[in-house]
Amino acid sequence: MFRLIVGRAASSVVTLVLISLVVFIGLELMPGDACTAYLGRDGKGAVLDSCRERMGLNRPASERFLEWGGKTLSGDLGTSMQRDRPITEIVGWRLRNTLVLSAVAALAGIPLAILLGVMAGLRRDGPLDLFISSTAIVAMTIPEFISATLLILIFAVSLGWTAGVVTIGYKAPILDLVAVSVLPAATLTLILAAHIMRMVRSSVIDVLESDYVLMARLKGVPWRQIVWRHVLPNSLLPAISVIGLTIAWLLGGVVIVESVFNYPGLGRLAVDAVGDRDLPLVQAIALLFGIIYVITNLAADLIALLLNPRLRTYRT
Amino acid sequence: MSLIDVSGLTIGIRGPDDNILPVVDAVDISVGEGESLGIAGESGSGKSTLLLAMMGLVKTGLHHLKGQSRFDGLPMLGRNDEDLNGIRGGRLALIPQNAGTALTPSMRIGRQIEESLRLHGNLTAEVRNRRIVDLLARVQLPDPVELAQRYPHQLSGGQLQRVAIAMALAGEPKALLLDEPTTGLDVTTQLGILDLLADLRRSEGVALICVSHDLGVIAHLCHRLAVMYAGSIVESGATAEILAAPRHPYARALIASIPRIANGLLPQSIPGRPAAAADRAGGCNFAPRCVAAREACRASAPALQPVAEGHQVACFFPTAGPLSLDGTNAAGPEATGTPVLRLVDVSVSYQRPGFFGRFSGPPRQTVSKVSLSVARGEVLGLVGESGSGKSTVLRAIAGLWPISGGEIVKPGSTGPGHSPESRRAVQLIFQNPDASLNPRHTIEEIIAQPLRLYFDMKPVEIRDTALRLLADVNLDPRYLARYPGQLSGGERQRVAIARAFAAKPEVLLCDEITSALDVSVQASVLRLIRDLGIARGVATLLVSHDLAAVRALSHRIAVLYRGELVEVGPAADVCAAPMHPYTKALLAAVLEPEAGGLHRIRLAPDRGDIQNPACAFAPRCPDCREICVVTRPEWQGAEHQARCHLADGQRPRSRLSV
Repeated sequence: MFRLIVGRAASSVVTLVLISLVVFIGLELMPGDACTAYLGRDGKGAVLDSCRERMGLNRPASERFLEWGGKTLSGDLGTSMQRDRPITEIVGWRLRNTLVLSAVAALAGIPLAILLGVMAGLRRDGPLDLFISSTAIVAMTIPEFISATLLILIFAVSLGWTAGVVTIGYKAPILDLVAVSVLPAATLTLILAAHIMRMVRSSVIDVLESDYVLMARLKGVPWRQIVWRHVLPNSLLPAISVIGLTIAWLLGGVVIVESVFNYPGLGRLAVDAVGDRDLPLVQAIALLFGIIYVITNLAADLIALLLNPRLRTYRT
Repeated sequence: MSLIDVSGLTIGIRGPDDNILPVVDAVDISVGEGESLGIAGESGSGKSTLLLAMMGLVKTGLHHLKGQSRFDGLPMLGRNDEDLNGIRGGRLALIPQNAGTALTPSMRIGRQIEESLRLHGNLTAEVRNRRIVDLLARVQLPDPVELAQRYPHQLSGGQLQRVAIAMALAGEPKALLLDEPTTGLDVTTQLGILDLLADLRRSEGVALICVSHDLGVIAHLCHRLAVMYAGSIVESGATAEILAAPRHPYARALIASIPRIANGLLPQSIPGRPAAAADRAGGCNFAPRCVAAREACRASAPALQPVAEGHQVACFFPTAGPLSLDGTNAAGPEATGTPVLRLVDVSVSYQRPGFFGRFSGPPRQTVSKVSLSVARGEVLGLVGESGSGKSTVLRAIAGLWPISGGEIVKPGSTGPGHSPESRRAVQLIFQNPDASLNPRHTIEEIIAQPLRLYFDMKPVEIRDTALRLLADVNLDPRYLARYPGQLSGGERQRVAIARAFAAKPEVLLCDEITSALDVSVQASVLRLIRDLGIARGVATLLVSHDLAAVRALSHRIAVLYRGELVEVGPAADVCAAPMHPYTKALLAAVLEPEAGGLHRIRLAPDRGDIQNPACAFAPRCPDCREICVVTRPEWQGAEHQARCHLADGQRPRSRLSV
């Protein structure tokens, strides 16, 4: 058990190192460098040279990678070119904001998805299942920017219940952020819940057809108890890793949703940084996304490990 | 009054034209307190559907059409689960075929038994906990207190089957329904479970209904027998009477198709395939496969008629007289050719998979220092309990598993690696043809693959060769265009055999090739191995837990115990006069239709007081001496040899009557 956890954690660390390497090499392979990208037409002669001198771009790539890696480990992500401030400071608040948005979406979406998935699975092919399942497919298919626009149109423009665009600053208190993140979170929830719901549904159906559910019926266990004791624990286990993957996917969705809603998070910052050709900032954000992805998956794996007796008691 | 009373029960599936096709057809059964009934039949005969119906359960897709099944006078069918919950798992309980999948994986063993206790009794939590331990102890599970805390996946197949019995006993049943209660278990484990069930019937008058394809199990456990074919009972009566002198041609053919260890002959199989629900058109369902069928048999269906006291047969022309167990000696004369396959001190170790598995301690040895040789045209049977490493040996020879020591000398390879030539020369046939044939390939593609791979053949030649191979395994040329899913289990295994022989192998490895098949077709598959293999001088290694089948086909038999060879010798000698106590126990645990109720050797689990014995079998050996713990036994004997201190003539070789 302990060995398993250590093993999974160790492989996550390896993954992170690989991610940082890929991010670094990817930027390195682009034509020009951080200075030519940032300076654009002015990037020539003495200006370019001094910029390169300041950024340390004249040193070999391997040396710069090690330095970047070392600084990152000590919590220093470098300096933004456009904003001329430490990246840690710029990114910190936005990371918080994005986590708030994701948390609202996940806390609303995951329980909802599990509930709907279980209901649909238990009433397989009934009218309720057909309704839930087909709605889920529609929700999965519509791209975020369209569902976001539709939500704004309905709830902000027509009904006027909430503002369509977030105007709040990035240092706003958390509760204010929660209040404005209703529509962006709803957009994310649509897709997130649809994926998890379908997974839970098929897993419930598999378990219902298993020998042990048949055996529970033949033991005289009342239906309600069969569902709670025999079906749910066994059908939600495989859903955990999917939930982990879906949460990690949220981060990709966040870039678009934050841009549409003007939400002051990491996703919008990434879009801005690319627009500004602020390569050190882009690099730092890419690495952050990688870290969050890996941590979410690791957490999902570990939770699945803790809840699943098969894995938990593996050869102990 | 009878406890279980099934009358005119008909259950069907909806056919393609919306007509209902019966799966269980007008079945009458009556079993009283303390009685035992065995229901035998091939797969698809409707016996499991019948058993579930007795529990009041009709699976989705099936329809209850006529008749009723009553328990203690209460109708079981047509009622909803809530009405039946008080009976199911209480006074009437079912023991499932495969306890490994029938126990909920996320619940501890103790909690699953506790659930039954709570639903079918008014005990306090404290008493319930005591009862759980009592029940687990009653089914002879070791350390019940600790075991109750475990999850199903931490137990072995035999232990799980005992847990399922304990769970059924929790409701203090008056009747137990057994669905193939010992299928998939080792013979030695099976015997213990059957003893337990028989004891329940004797001591508490529990009625038993046992569905099985294994007539040996039924003979051992049940006083009455009903033989089912295509949804109906074709013969019923006292078990001993039917087994000795069956009257229905199907019952005769079924009972005769079981290989017996004593005579070592390969019996006749039943030709044709069981009638599917859709193919049944008037007349006797067995008529298309019956050698004695006449005009009348096709015109109308015979009903069950009494032929003797308590003995009924559904046949217009029942056959009288005892069953003659003829067959052919499969192995033929002893093979004295040159060895084609040679294993010298082969060891195989198991290492936990994955990158981190490397750091999880030393690898476990699953096969240690096995030396064998198989000559041209010889069949060597390899037997042992599950976990004895017999399949691992096959995989190592096929090159699917690396060996950690020793040497395998096989055709086409000189060094430790394998060449394309050795891949061709060594062919493996798997246990389950459903899984080993690609369902998306036609039979032609399946058979053509080795031809294309190993021989430079033109398309026309490939087709001709495939047709010839199909004829060799007695399949119609039309099968070339079919997919594995359209074939019966026996036919699929024939295709797998044709594929193996397409490569013109010099060594053939057969891994439990008959255990997924009905007993009625097993013999015909074994016969193919003989006809094709021995005739072509192929060296065959036959792995099976079915000792009678191994005996009927092999020239020599090798016995594996926990990865070590303990006995090797000519098949007839090993079966008639086993030298090693383990072989004796294995042979004595084999259940055959004629041998119900004989005294048998029961193998105990490991004795805890012997650590690291010199002889691996010592902790379970009924004759264990001090020397067995201290000194590693050497091979005794010449042609027929065993690795046992007690085998070198110190004691008279007991001749077992099986």
